[in-house]
Amino acid sequence: MTQRSRNFLLLAPAGAWFLVMLVIPLTVVLIFSFGERGAAGGYVPAFTLEQYANLPARWAAFKNTLILAPAGTLASLLIAYPLAYYLAVRADPRWKTALLVLVIVPFWTSILIRSYAWIFLLGGRGIPALLAAIGIEDVRLINTPFAVLIGIVYGYLPLMVFPIFVNLDRLDKRLLEASSDLGASPWRTFLQVTLPMSLPGIATGCLLVFILLMGEFLIPAILGGGKVFFVGNALVDLFLQSRNWAYGSAVAATLVILMLVSVTAYMRLIRRLGAQREDVALM
Amino acid sequence: MNEAAYAPPSGLQAAKPAAGPIAELRNVSKRFGEVLAADGLNLSIEAGEFLSFLGPSGCGKTTALRMLAGFEAPSSGDVLLDGEVVNDLEPYRRPVNMVFQHYALFPHLTVAQNIGYGLRQRRPRPPREEIERKVTNALEIVRLEGFGGRRIWELSGGQQQRVALARAIVNEPKLLLLDEPMAALDRKLRKEMQIELQNIQRRLGITFVLVTHDQEEALSMSDRICIMRDGRIVQTGSPRDLYDRPRNRYVAGFVGSSNFFDGVAAAVSDTETQVRVAGGIMLSGRALAPVTAGQAVTLSVRPEQVRLARTAADGDKAGWDVTVLSRIFLGEHTEYLVKHDGLGEFMVLTPRQAELSDGPFNAGERLVAFWEAESALVLTQD
Ligand SMILES: Nc1ncnc2c1ncn2[C@@H]1O[C@H](COP(=O)(O)OP(=O)(O)OP(=O)(O)O)[C@@H](O)[C@H]1O
Ligand SMILES: [Mg+2]
Repeated sequence: MTQRSRNFLLLAPAGAWFLVMLVIPLTVVLIFSFGERGAAGGYVPAFTLEQYANLPARWAAFKNTLILAPAGTLASLLIAYPLAYYLAVRADPRWKTALLVLVIVPFWTSILIRSYAWIFLLGGRGIPALLAAIGIEDVRLINTPFAVLIGIVYGYLPLMVFPIFVNLDRLDKRLLEASSDLGASPWRTFLQVTLPMSLPGIATGCLLVFILLMGEFLIPAILGGGKVFFVGNALVDLFLQSRNWAYGSAVAATLVILMLVSVTAYMRLIRRLGAQREDVALM
Repeated sequence: MNEAAYAPPSGLQAAKPAAGPIAELRNVSKRFGEVLAADGLNLSIEAGEFLSFLGPSGCGKTTALRMLAGFEAPSSGDVLLDGEVVNDLEPYRRPVNMVFQHYALFPHLTVAQNIGYGLRQRRPRPPREEIERKVTNALEIVRLEGFGGRRIWELSGGQQQRVALARAIVNEPKLLLLDEPMAALDRKLRKEMQIELQNIQRRLGITFVLVTHDQEEALSMSDRICIMRDGRIVQTGSPRDLYDRPRNRYVAGFVGSSNFFDGVAAAVSDTETQVRVAGGIMLSGRALAPVTAGQAVTLSVRPEQVRLARTAADGDKAGWDVTVLSRIFLGEHTEYLVKHDGLGEFMVLTPRQAELSDGPFNAGERLVAFWEAESALVLTQD
């Protein structure tokens, strides 16, 4: 068998998957987005830019998504990194696996159920009640962007922790000794060795969380209470409630394009950072 | 290196006379769970000397170095640098650098950045040009000119080892710890590096502590050698000292090669000790440490101290009738393995000139072997 045909065979399943699950649906969405809504909902073939002209009506959803997805990614990273660092570098090796499992356990129950728990915690009888008890009155948490952010960090933490943990766990601890031996304090060792060497894990975690967040709708639906909604919520609304498939498709197509643009920009940034790593280390 | 040019990371280097040991181990033990990796080490390392740790795998050489570097704190006893107890002083505060057994080079940095790493940690930081100059110089010393821009994974094992060496010596530390720094180099390169290291040591006055498996390396480079076994120091001394006056059978086996005849001390006098070996044969030798009659001892005869002859022409001295089993040509010397009916097999090393008259001996030939009683050492077996 030639190298070529072997490559073809290796790629065939992924290629077929890609075609059926991605290319075809996206093409359908694209075609729909230029159509019109039928009288009783659904889709009527046409070629009009009307749906796209209507996009500003959903501006709030786009704004929320484009702010809270990156913010949620960043917040997850800031909380996940120290946790992953502790698990991989500091924790007693005997407990490592057990602790890691504890981080993942919440993943075993539906995010729906877990987010409902937060409704109680953030709602009037939860944290605000506690704050009131110590004199801080009238704090509203539920149905705010902050509540959605908390839900995001809570729901996506394991996804961020895992790639960073794997990366830090593989980091050769002898490199840290070498750095210390050469006169670098623990903090400088972190900046010059640990952090640059864990960039791939950070990049993976952020990409994973960001892409999923762009399509998120459950957390804003539950913790945003219809006040803080994402593009995902708009889509649920358009496809399932008002049955405006054409407009929904235009919104979806726009979201996909935004995602492509931001992921491309992100990849570029990572590559630049990778090339600069040596300069970072020279600081 | 003049003292002023070197700025240690901490105030360790108080205005103190140069006298006194630069590093000291006082009754230092280190326990890892069940394993006693260091057991009551006592050692004083003089400034400017070249000291080697020699011993078999797992005897605690790396552990001893790691306590000097600060990666392990002793379980008991004290580690001193410049006369101060530093048991818990962090590695980055010690004026000590280490060449790691497993290199530990930074994969995300180039060769030059790896070598310059230590210099960049100094405060105030040396100017860029100075760092570059020193890095280039270090690359030359380890014969890696032009490799500065390479990545670590683009280097062979031997090249990586030399980068590790350069990364340590470029800092000109007061104390340089080398954990088998030349194990991955071929013979020729290793010789070159050994000479280069000795040059550096003399030129810069750095104190070297070298860990090695290779007795030849230890013998040729060190001012003093520390022979270790099971976490303990068995004997410390100059190469010559260890060779001529080994404390016991273990040391004699580690420094140079030797023929050992196990037996029991029979008659002990001030000048000579008689040893009864296998088959009831009596051998005499010189005891370096007091032995008592009845004690289990080993008689050690260096191969180069045995002479072979076709006939017992030396007349008065008793020789041993032996048969040649094999011959190995070693250039300047020829090594013979011979067998005596009672004593068993032993080695003989004959210099080339000694052979000229009656030619090399052949396997199967029957010969007579002699050695002087003074050159045979009676050693304890502990
Ligand atoms: N971190 C550790 N945890 C447990 N045991 C250890 C540790 N480090 C060393 N040991 C044990 O201590 C003993 C001495 O180890 P050390 O690494 O000092 O040997 P070494 O003389 O350097 O051997 P080699 O020549 O093979 O490098 C060994 O039995 C080893 O298994
Ligand atoms: Mg070792």
